[in-house]
Amino acid sequence: MKRLNLPLTEADVLDLKAGESVLLSGTMLTGRDAAHKRLYELIERGEELPVDIKGELIYYVGPAPAKPGYAVGPAGPTSSYRMDKYAQALMDLGLRGMIGKGARSQEVIDSIIRNKGVYFACIGGAAALIAKSIKREELLCYEDLGTEAVRRYTVEDFPCIVAIDCRGNNVYEDGVKRYSEERG
Amino acid sequence: MNIRKIKAQIITDTVKKLFMDCNYFIGDDITAALKDGLKREKSPVGRSVLSQLLENNKIAAEEQIPICQDTGMAVLFVEYGDKVVIEDGSFEDAVLEGVRRAYEDGYLRKSVVSDPVFDRVNTGDNTPAVIHTRIVSGDKIKILAGGKGFGSENMSATAMLTPSKGVEGVKEFILDTVRKAGPNPCPPMVVGVGIGGTFEKAAQLAKMATLRDIDTKNSDERYAELEDELLSAINRMGFGPAGLGGSVTALGVNIETYPTHIAGMPVAVNICCHAARHKSAVI
Repeated sequence: MKRLNLPLTEADVLDLKAGESVLLSGTMLTGRDAAHKRLYELIERGEELPVDIKGELIYYVGPAPAKPGYAVGPAGPTSSYRMDKYAQALMDLGLRGMIGKGARSQEVIDSIIRNKGVYFACIGGAAALIAKSIKREELLCYEDLGTEAVRRYTVEDFPCIVAIDCRGNNVYEDGVKRYSEERG
Repeated sequence: MNIRKIKAQIITDTVKKLFMDCNYFIGDDITAALKDGLKREKSPVGRSVLSQLLENNKIAAEEQIPICQDTGMAVLFVEYGDKVVIEDGSFEDAVLEGVRRAYEDGYLRKSVVSDPVFDRVNTGDNTPAVIHTRIVSGDKIKILAGGKGFGSENMSATAMLTPSKGVEGVKEFILDTVRKAGPNPCPPMVVGVGIGGTFEKAAQLAKMATLRDIDTKNSDERYAELEDELLSAINRMGFGPAGLGGSVTALGVNIETYPTHIAGMPVAVNICCHAARHKSAVI
């Protein structure tokens, strides 16, 4: 299986193909609904963001609390479409890509193509397993949001699948078409 | 039958255990369906996803950590015996304290916000819960508890169909709802369907259907056949495990029904992810 170090370079991204499985190692940001809303409002007002998103991946996750002795609690992906409204603005500011689950809007796909970005999917509901690849977490901002705060995860061999590549190939369309047995 | 006194603490302890257990230990019905899916799945990626889900659920049970980080909003169906009196406290407070203790002591995620539109501030203890109570005759309390994740909850829908739509209309609405949900509700999903009653009764039946084991069928043969037919139709859609393409899109379809009005045929579809978490207890 392909192994990649984070942050991803433009060459890494150009080389990714929708449908291929990869293992990511390095650091990534986390954020979901409430954090995205705050970041987006700052961008709209032309203000500086509390975290540098350039070249980063953002993982759409709101983890469960860590049990004593664990680096992190269970931390699987949340549905990405709820971040569609905000994703384009972040990509245009240099965000390299996103990790989540489920389909994206055409605007987000266009933004992935335009910015040479990538959208990875990981398995929804495999939170206990995924957490094994997250070695450390650091709180960056929005602590008041609890599980929705923005954190930096250090990961080793974090398993995901290229869902939408920088040419706009989309596994959520191609994969489903391939296995559909419906007529018409 | 005599009045039976039950201590509030017993209710709290029972509810706490139900929510911790349902978030750590997936039901045998789901494990069997995932293993069966692994044999039927045509996509290599789909098979890999199913294997990882089985492994995930094994880790969760062994280490007693949540299967999914979305440990849900707490939903309870209670059958409350009319001969029961709660000592030193109220039933609802005792239930809510049980939810609070489960989510705090059990390292479950607190996912509830105080106000749906304006404030959206996390309540910090995953309360309140959604409690459906039915008073029944007897001196026992039966509690069915489920932690409902919202990735799938958001994909649910209700329709007030006219009787002339018939069974074809019912099928069409259910399949359309599943098709629109596509890869989002963490397939392979469990589809809960409520038919009949009123607007809110249908939704409540659908929720109850998601809390039924998938290896049980509706006791009316016609609905049992409809469950099978819908399951096959959903598995032809091609979404597959994690929605990445494949032949195992749903693990089960459960239908619950209730008498309805001469003018109506309410249908509700409550979608649940593969982590269909529920446990029950009788006190």
